[in-house]
Amino acid sequence: MSPLIECEDVWKIYQVGDVEVQALRGLSLTIEQGEFVAIMGSSGSGKSTLMNILGCLDQPTKGHYRLNGVEVGGLRPDDLAGIRNQQIGFVFQSFNLIPRTSALENAQLPLFYRGLSIKEQRTQAAAALGRVGLHGREDHYPTQLSGGQQQRVAIARALVTSPSLLLADEPTGNLDTQSSREIMAILEALNRDEGITIILVTHEVDVAAYAAREIVIKDGQILSDRRTKARPPSSPVEG
Amino acid sequence: MSAFVWLTIMTALRILGRNRMRAGLTMLGIVIGVAAVIAMVSIGEGAKRAVQAQIATMGTNVIIIFPGVTSASGVRGSQGSAVTLTVSDALELKKRIPLLADTGWTRRDVMQIVYGNKNWNGPINGISPSYLTIRDWSFTSGGPFTQTDLDSAARVALIGQTIVENLFESGEEPVGAVIRIKNVPFRVIGVLAPKGQSAQGSDQDDVIFIPFSTAERKVFGTSFIGSVGAMFGSTEQVEDLPMAVEQIREVLRGRHRLQTEQNDDFTIRTQVDIGKVQEGTSETLTMMLFAIASVSLLVGGIGIMNILLVSVTERTREIGVRMAVGAKRRHIMMQFLIEAMTLSLVGGALGIVLGVAGAKLTTVIAGWPTIISGDVIVIAFFFSLVVGLFFGLYPANKAARLNPIEALRYE
Repeated sequence: MSPLIECEDVWKIYQVGDVEVQALRGLSLTIEQGEFVAIMGSSGSGKSTLMNILGCLDQPTKGHYRLNGVEVGGLRPDDLAGIRNQQIGFVFQSFNLIPRTSALENAQLPLFYRGLSIKEQRTQAAAALGRVGLHGREDHYPTQLSGGQQQRVAIARALVTSPSLLLADEPTGNLDTQSSREIMAILEALNRDEGITIILVTHEVDVAAYAAREIVIKDGQILSDRRTKARPPSSPVEG
Repeated sequence: MSAFVWLTIMTALRILGRNRMRAGLTMLGIVIGVAAVIAMVSIGEGAKRAVQAQIATMGTNVIIIFPGVTSASGVRGSQGSAVTLTVSDALELKKRIPLLADTGWTRRDVMQIVYGNKNWNGPINGISPSYLTIRDWSFTSGGPFTQTDLDSAARVALIGQTIVENLFESGEEPVGAVIRIKNVPFRVIGVLAPKGQSAQGSDQDDVIFIPFSTAERKVFGTSFIGSVGAMFGSTEQVEDLPMAVEQIREVLRGRHRLQTEQNDDFTIRTQVDIGKVQEGTSETLTMMLFAIASVSLLVGGIGIMNILLVSVTERTREIGVRMAVGAKRRHIMMQFLIEAMTLSLVGGALGIVLGVAGAKLTTVIAGWPTIISGDVIVIAFFFSLVVGLFFGLYPANKAARLNPIEALRYE
């Protein structure tokens, strides 16, 4: 079985006016199914660019990125959208819930683009909200929820499609300590109990400590890559 | 896909419902445009129908021939002032032109009519009996006079509704009564069914018909025996009118010994010609309406485009999120197009309601006839749909082409 993520000499070069910015410089990385990886690095290190490429929001300028053995480079935007819809769940720092739209409808959103019937969308979204402990909050609007609850809706939205990869970009960046712990506990449980591969971008060392592997990026290259917990790379339970 | 479309429409309606003021103002252009078109077309259609009805009162496939203009010593008289047409012209036309189903002739003069202690100045028409059939006159009581009456110059009269109203008490039966025209007693033998206004606006019911021979010998005192004020003809088919007109011109020019360089000493008009003048007027009106409608729909469309562009900017982040969770370009495109069309269709529907109400109100207040045709409503609805689609395309495309990374980062 091929690894979930294979990056091979990935370059990302932006042209800003006359200046060429090399955000990623020949980065290679392999992540197996079921891993819990924290990516760290200062701002400008290229970690956001890497996340965008891993999340199929962006494509490498040079090099190869294979997700589940499929080469992502060279795909059309709509094909990338399809991959995001089928395989990837996003959790953002600022939650990015659609305003004035209920928790249930927010969690429904990815299924909406799968073309499922309204009934199926509702059932699955309600189940996902239940998994993050928001049972009974289906009709609440984002403004009626706390930051932690909003982030849990966002996690439900990411989970609802049963993705093979969950990308969390500073998921606790806008939360207090208590909510941060709750969110990290949910992510940890998802990884441990359901074998969902999680890639986490963070500044905070104690947040990164939840992960089993820590990758530090600097100047578009991997500075260090070490296992912090002795856990098998492949979880016994398949997601 | 249907679940997608359905949810998108619901979402669009919810967004519009949330910004009611903004949606209302955005739709205003479409509402006014559609309402104006519906109201104006209804009024125009009503007017057109009224004119058509008036033209129909002339008869069926009617040709009218007027004598030419006198031009003695450079002084030009009014139309019909020359005495160039005669009864024998009319008889000859009927004999020589098989296309003509019938020909008739009249002469008219305004004279005083007396009945009992009442009097009225009305136009006396000396006519051939065929005139009544050509012009489609019918009777409410009594009946027409005959060729025998014409041959014997009988003193019989047919009177129109206006004459009845002005000479007789209500409920009084005019048939059998004796009226006096220029002191000559006439027996009323028929009352004409009303026709209303002519296409030129004159009262067609203010009329008295007497046999042509009687008029000539006993009432008008004509110097040229046989000269007529106008001749009438009719054809079986409306398509025959142009051909009949040409043949009439040929026969009359021959009989009047006109050289090729000389102008006609008569004028020929057909019902179709008169109808065309009216149609021309209503066509001009229609074109103006179309121009007004186009401008307001254009303005309305630009309004929709403007507000959608604002909406795309405001919801950039939302678009980014939707793209991140798997919305394809067409999904984003559809979402904004459906919003645009919802705006324009709701606006169109409001416009239709307002337009129909306006037309009805015009009928009630101004008393103008209006006809609300289903076609116009369907077309208006269709046009508002097209406006929504057309002016929604640019913003929708702009939204669909956003880069998801930049959209997610947008503040």
